[in-house]
Amino acid sequence: MLDAAFMRRWMSATAAAVDREASRLTDLDSAIGDADHGANLQRGFRAVTAVLDKEAPDTPGAVLALAGRQLISTVGGASGPLYGTLLRRTGKALGEAAEVSREQLAEALGAGVTAVAQLGGAAAGDKTMLDALLPAVEALGESFAAAAEAAGGGALATVPLIARKGRASYLGERSVGHQDPGATSSALLIGALAEAAA
Amino acid sequence: MILEWSHSARLALEVMVNMLINVPETVVADALRGIAAAHPSLTVDVDNRVVVRRDAPVAGQVALVSGGGSGHEPLHAGFVGPGMLSAACPGEVFTSPVPDQMVRAAAAVDGGSGVLFVVKNYTGDVLNFDMAAELAEDEGVSVAKVLVDDDVAVTDSLYTAGRRGTGATLFVEKIAGAAAAEGQPLERVEAIARQVNGSSRSFGVALTACSTPAKGGPTFELPPGELELGVGIHGEPGRERRAMMTSREIADYAVHVVLEDLRPSSPVLLLVNGMGATPLLELYGFNAEVHRVLAERGVPVARTLVGNYVTSLDMAGCSVTLCQADEELLRLWDAPVNTPALRWGC
Repeated sequence: MLDAAFMRRWMSATAAAVDREASRLTDLDSAIGDADHGANLQRGFRAVTAVLDKEAPDTPGAVLALAGRQLISTVGGASGPLYGTLLRRTGKALGEAAEVSREQLAEALGAGVTAVAQLGGAAAGDKTMLDALLPAVEALGESFAAAAEAAGGGALATVPLIARKGRASYLGERSVGHQDPGATSSALLIGALAEAAA
Repeated sequence: MILEWSHSARLALEVMVNMLINVPETVVADALRGIAAAHPSLTVDVDNRVVVRRDAPVAGQVALVSGGGSGHEPLHAGFVGPGMLSAACPGEVFTSPVPDQMVRAAAAVDGGSGVLFVVKNYTGDVLNFDMAAELAEDEGVSVAKVLVDDDVAVTDSLYTAGRRGTGATLFVEKIAGAAAAEGQPLERVEAIARQVNGSSRSFGVALTACSTPAKGGPTFELPPGELELGVGIHGEPGRERRAMMTSREIADYAVHVVLEDLRPSSPVLLLVNGMGATPLLELYGFNAEVHRVLAERGVPVARTLVGNYVTSLDMAGCSVTLCQADEELLRLWDAPVNTPALRWGC
């Protein structure tokens, strides 16, 4: 079963992964966006670990909801509201239980991903974070490792796609051949989830 | 494909430019402290990143709040003052501000007549201002929003995030700000702002890439001898790259593209805007070419503004914005304005 400590490990592992990969995210973003994705998520997830240390929420749902609110208040850009909504809605869907199962987390994450799709008006294949998150939610029912693999595969599969949402969409066909930065950071988030479970 | 891309990205990374900064992390806060020191007419909250005109809230006037990523100075903080914006919310470089900033700004400037958010059409700005509008309404502030989307370089279709907000932002903020200063109600100020946006079109050209503090060097590669047509204001690549053109050729191209989309039936306001690193000497020369093309095309120019107003850090290049102006818009454009970057009639 997954408790509040597990969710905090997930958020810490995400912060560490974003730190490690920040310059890669920024490089991906300079090819088809505006070169700030790494720095923005780094600032956001550092703030998340800080607020979780300070307030120490005691249920899995409360940890994710607080993390989401913190991202909305610190990141800006599109990724702040989108990642913030993902975690906040996932946290809300988990309710007030002290422990949740992997299956329950998969279901809650599915609700979070649906909220992201609504907020951003995007769908699968638009070359966005959804292309990593949707396959991850599906595979999370099976195992954490399968989810991480599905998210990584989904991010890689954005390379040949034409961006239809966000700043990369201004490029139209010139976005083809580049991996989507948002799908890449989403794969880091799900990879960190598998790390927390290991 | 990925390997090949990484190789070129590494090459681009090696190019670093000298910047007048301390560390990238404090660039925005440092600039806000400098704005506070230079402009006593503004109240600058450095920690919360809100710039407010000192005499706010002004009773009986709609308040205008705008904001967006930093790196476009003087937009938006330079346009705060009587006759234009009531407050500005600067985000990180090229990153929209967070909702907390706009909620705080709205509370500070609302004099009871409501607040108009002026939002440039980028996914991040739209999401954050939407969230802020909801939160401010919860706190009892009447909020209206106007989206600025004037950039004709972007195809406005189901398959893009829609046209970007660029040079027309200045026209919207000036003209709607004048309407607010006259005491017109929120619905009317909002309608005027929409009219200005709907009557404006822009097209931008980059002669160099721009360098963000976080990256330390150019955010895309644009070799000498080439230019990028249809760029936005974030160093995002444009829609076409060509061999370098003359000022005359660029004016022909840019005005042609704008007039494909806007067929003015009355005289226009013209903004010849510099992207940040192009000298005024060149901008004025370019302005002469733009006037020549407009005359050839039979479009009379009512007012012209030339300068660096909606910039993209250290990018060299320019944009052309036309706004079809009826008599009321022209009157509001001429009305007094007193801000750090735009000042006349007072």
